[in-house]
Amino acid sequence: MTDTATPATGGIGDAPVRKEDAKLVTGQTTWTDNIAFPGMTYMAVLRSPMAHAKINSVDVSAALEQPGVLAAFSGADLADEWAGPLPCAWPVTPDMVHPDHWPIAKDEARYVGDAVAVVVARDRFAAADALEHIAVDYEPLDAVVDMEAAIADGAALVHGDHGTNTTYTWPFSNGDVDEAFNGAHKVVTRRFINQRLIPNAIEPRAVVVAPIAAANEFTMYTATQVPHILRLMLALTTGVPESKLRVIAPDVGGGFGSKLNVYAEELMALVLAKRLGRPIKWTETRSEGYQTTIHGRDQIQDVEAAFDEDGRLRGLRVKLLADMGAYLQLVTPGIPILGALMYPAIYKMDAYDFSCTGVFTNKTPTDAYRGAGRPEATYAIERTMDEAAVELGMDPMDLRRRNWITHEEFPFTTIAGMTYDSGNYEAATDKAMELFDYDGMRAEQQRRREAGDRYQLGIGISTYTEACGIAPSRVLGSLDYGAGGWEHATVRMLPSGKVEVVTGLSPHGQGHETTFSQIVADTLGVPFEDVEILHGDTKVAPQGLDTYGSRSLAVGGIAIYKATQRMLDKLKTAAAHMLEASPDDLEFSGGQFSVQGSPDTAMALGNVVLGVFAAHDLPDGYEPTLSAEFTFDPENFSFPHGTHLCAVEVDTETGMPQITKYVAVDDVGNVINPQIVDGQVHGGLAQGIAQALYEEAVYDDAGNLTTGSIVDYYVPGAPDLPEYTTDRTVTPATSNPLGVKGVGEAGTIASTPAVVNAVLDAVRHLGVTDLDMPCSPERVWRALQEGSASRDQVAAQAQGGQHA
Amino acid sequence: MIPAAFDYTRVGSVDEAVQALGQHGEDAKVLAGGHSLIPLLRLRLAFPSVLVDVGRVDEMRGVRDDGDHLVIGAATTHDEVMHDDLVRQHCPVISDVVSQVGDPQVRHRGTFGGGIAHGDPAGDLPALALALDATFVIAGSGGRRDVAASDFFVDYLQTVLGAEDVLVEIKVPKLGSDWGHNYQKFNRVAQAWAIVGSLALVRRSDGSIDEARIGLTHMGSVPLRASATEQALAGASTDVIADACDQAAEGTSPPEDLNARADYRQHLARVLTRRAVEHALGG
Repeated sequence: MTDTATPATGGIGDAPVRKEDAKLVTGQTTWTDNIAFPGMTYMAVLRSPMAHAKINSVDVSAALEQPGVLAAFSGADLADEWAGPLPCAWPVTPDMVHPDHWPIAKDEARYVGDAVAVVVARDRFAAADALEHIAVDYEPLDAVVDMEAAIADGAALVHGDHGTNTTYTWPFSNGDVDEAFNGAHKVVTRRFINQRLIPNAIEPRAVVVAPIAAANEFTMYTATQVPHILRLMLALTTGVPESKLRVIAPDVGGGFGSKLNVYAEELMALVLAKRLGRPIKWTETRSEGYQTTIHGRDQIQDVEAAFDEDGRLRGLRVKLLADMGAYLQLVTPGIPILGALMYPAIYKMDAYDFSCTGVFTNKTPTDAYRGAGRPEATYAIERTMDEAAVELGMDPMDLRRRNWITHEEFPFTTIAGMTYDSGNYEAATDKAMELFDYDGMRAEQQRRREAGDRYQLGIGISTYTEACGIAPSRVLGSLDYGAGGWEHATVRMLPSGKVEVVTGLSPHGQGHETTFSQIVADTLGVPFEDVEILHGDTKVAPQGLDTYGSRSLAVGGIAIYKATQRMLDKLKTAAAHMLEASPDDLEFSGGQFSVQGSPDTAMALGNVVLGVFAAHDLPDGYEPTLSAEFTFDPENFSFPHGTHLCAVEVDTETGMPQITKYVAVDDVGNVINPQIVDGQVHGGLAQGIAQALYEEAVYDDAGNLTTGSIVDYYVPGAPDLPEYTTDRTVTPATSNPLGVKGVGEAGTIASTPAVVNAVLDAVRHLGVTDLDMPCSPERVWRALQEGSASRDQVAAQAQGGQHA
Repeated sequence: MIPAAFDYTRVGSVDEAVQALGQHGEDAKVLAGGHSLIPLLRLRLAFPSVLVDVGRVDEMRGVRDDGDHLVIGAATTHDEVMHDDLVRQHCPVISDVVSQVGDPQVRHRGTFGGGIAHGDPAGDLPALALALDATFVIAGSGGRRDVAASDFFVDYLQTVLGAEDVLVEIKVPKLGSDWGHNYQKFNRVAQAWAIVGSLALVRRSDGSIDEARIGLTHMGSVPLRASATEQALAGASTDVIADACDQAAEGTSPPEDLNARADYRQHLARVLTRRAVEHALGG
């Protein structure tokens, strides 16, 4: 619920109209594909139609004869251009198998979509047509598509020279796990399939490279979340000095992790612009993106949970298989590890044992997709809690209450070693249950069961937490991540009193310009409209680590806040001099410095700024530049949490599930802009619900992507999604001075298990004990057919469970 | 995706269209709203060398009253058909079904005739035309001819339309107020093709069913009528609806895809037909 009573003035806690919206809704944006240079050329990429094949030869000569074609190259032709292969910055174990990944395959294609040759032409149509004139002699090799088959003896190898399809095994263990399980009253064992998803940013990937050949300088415009990381990686992979590269992320239309990467096409465009001395553009088509932009999830999760008779959780064992796809992209191996420490979630237990095995298959590489490891973890634990409640004969919320960390216990170090700084699961849950009318809904559910209603009602719970604000550099180091997680900000006062803020973040839809303007306006007492946020250009914002992992506010926003405080301190020194007072005697409020006890002795901030600019009369040694910087590296992640409750109606004749009520009470700490937070939650819910009910990347046995277009891959739209009831509790984070937590991924992480738990709850009494995602109507219908056969038996077991 | 190169010609009359098609033969394709053809071009599944655009042929646009029939120009957009007063008055089932085609953007570009001429059994309009016993007016090099809907659909994406033919208009009967209708379109997301659709047109008289016409979407390589159900309902009391609709999938060999195997489609056809008939009767 948006707090409509809040005046929209633009301070912290207000909901002013987003600064970004006017240009977005009037089409005055600069997407990468809109960028035009004189003499622009266009790149097109020939891709392997086979999941696994030896490339015997590539003949581009006929393509070169086509009208408008300027150049065409095979992988072998460009082999000498690369200073290094495509980067993977997260070697999770010292012995991780890490095969070279070249931008264009040289001798073997390893997934459908793997680049095999590249063409540059005068227009994009000529480039596309020329691809049909490239002759490739493929020798088919056995493809391995299924993870379990890939690690079985005698499996075909994705990378034959490495002798294995296992990338790594990453273990974690704490507490006496055997003791926890041996003494248990009940062990709940489940396998969950966290299916492969395809990110769908509304703007496809695109890149433009403009060279100044004579100076060996290059400007890359690219639809990326990570211009800073990309610039460094471009230097390492192409040998162009970092100082000669400028990377600009112009308006970027969504990412969700899919643009948190270093892509082959970006490297190709740079190298070809360098070689040809011409500006070059490439924009993926949607179906091309489906094959080549990273995918998300794709894990098989084996979970065992041990309980005492009274429902106390004793211990947890988690064993994952995680599909890497054919190659390791920027942080592919680390994604399951981001979830590894979050399976214990909000629950106390004596022991936890985890291992993850990364597996190569002949499929599109996976990598970060909204939530990245944590949705998978949350799905497994929250599904397990509902399953355990059934086996223990308890209400699923009561079971959670018995096991969660109570609000008096914070800060709390979990069995996985994460220290949660703050939280109040009771408060969020109480609020959610009231908004949902939990007891009333349970009564309605019972009524429909007794009446044998065609539309059965299910109630699903997710009491989630997550770790976000990807930052603490020391923690990232301990997990072998290849970089830190700090963020930088510069605040500059212009002589006219306007404020320029430079951030190393790179927004792509989040509303950073609005949120950060509110922080600065609130701190300096200047109008919201007077603050300008500069970002997304390595020349304008040279230092930064970009936008992902719900880090922007809790890391970059704090850097801005702290830099603004520094600016205020600097102004205070000047103001004290101008007012002939001691800085200690100055007060600052409403954009005005005044001397304590004599309110008439005051000076507006703008006048102080002008005075410093003129520099006629400043304290000795005072530098007349109004620029302040701060680099923030928090000590800890932030831990948003909340309780989501979902009601699903299942049409028992057709199997169609329909969400009829969704309540999300999230605790993201203090809120800068409630409307933006609501928007983040809504979008997150849509993506989490999409995994539960709609989306699945399906490959056939030969490794072809069956869901190869948006016609076959079901991205839900507004008509398909329910009304959301959102609300908040506020338990400030203690790890940053604004008490804020991340919100970008929370909705996605929380919602998937709530929905699937609800679908199962609707039909469990009809003998359905398991459903894979997405819970499509056919899947539910088939489960109902099978369930009806064993219904009597299951009913008897449920009866027994209640008496246990 | 990016289509292969093609030429484009816009014609101003049906005669010009037929002439252009006669000139280019198999290499030409008729373009109207483009919502079926353009995706095929972009996927490079079709390679016509010339597109003949009939989108601005006046005689192919709009709806007119023709006594006991309405005549709908083939190039009339879905949105125009859906909001047409004659359609709403005399054949409201068309307005209802068309309102479920795609999404508003599709309905503003896509055409009524295009949705039929493409011959996609997953489309909503072929089953509608079949259930209405519509007549298609086709112009070709030999002049104009009428083809009954039941003779029009030949196989998957194949109709009787030859390379030099243009679907000009569609004649549909005016339905009296004793006809009820309902279209049950079953899909997972609003803009998707029907996994299965069942359209029921039912004429009531004194508590019983005089006549029922049922069109099935996506239950075979062509749109189908649920003939066994229609026969079982004709002249019967409403008590037989459930039994009659259990025969709705008789004789069908539905396709299989990620959304539905054949037995599920047949099950859906039975359930949806029953619901459609019940709703058509005001249930």
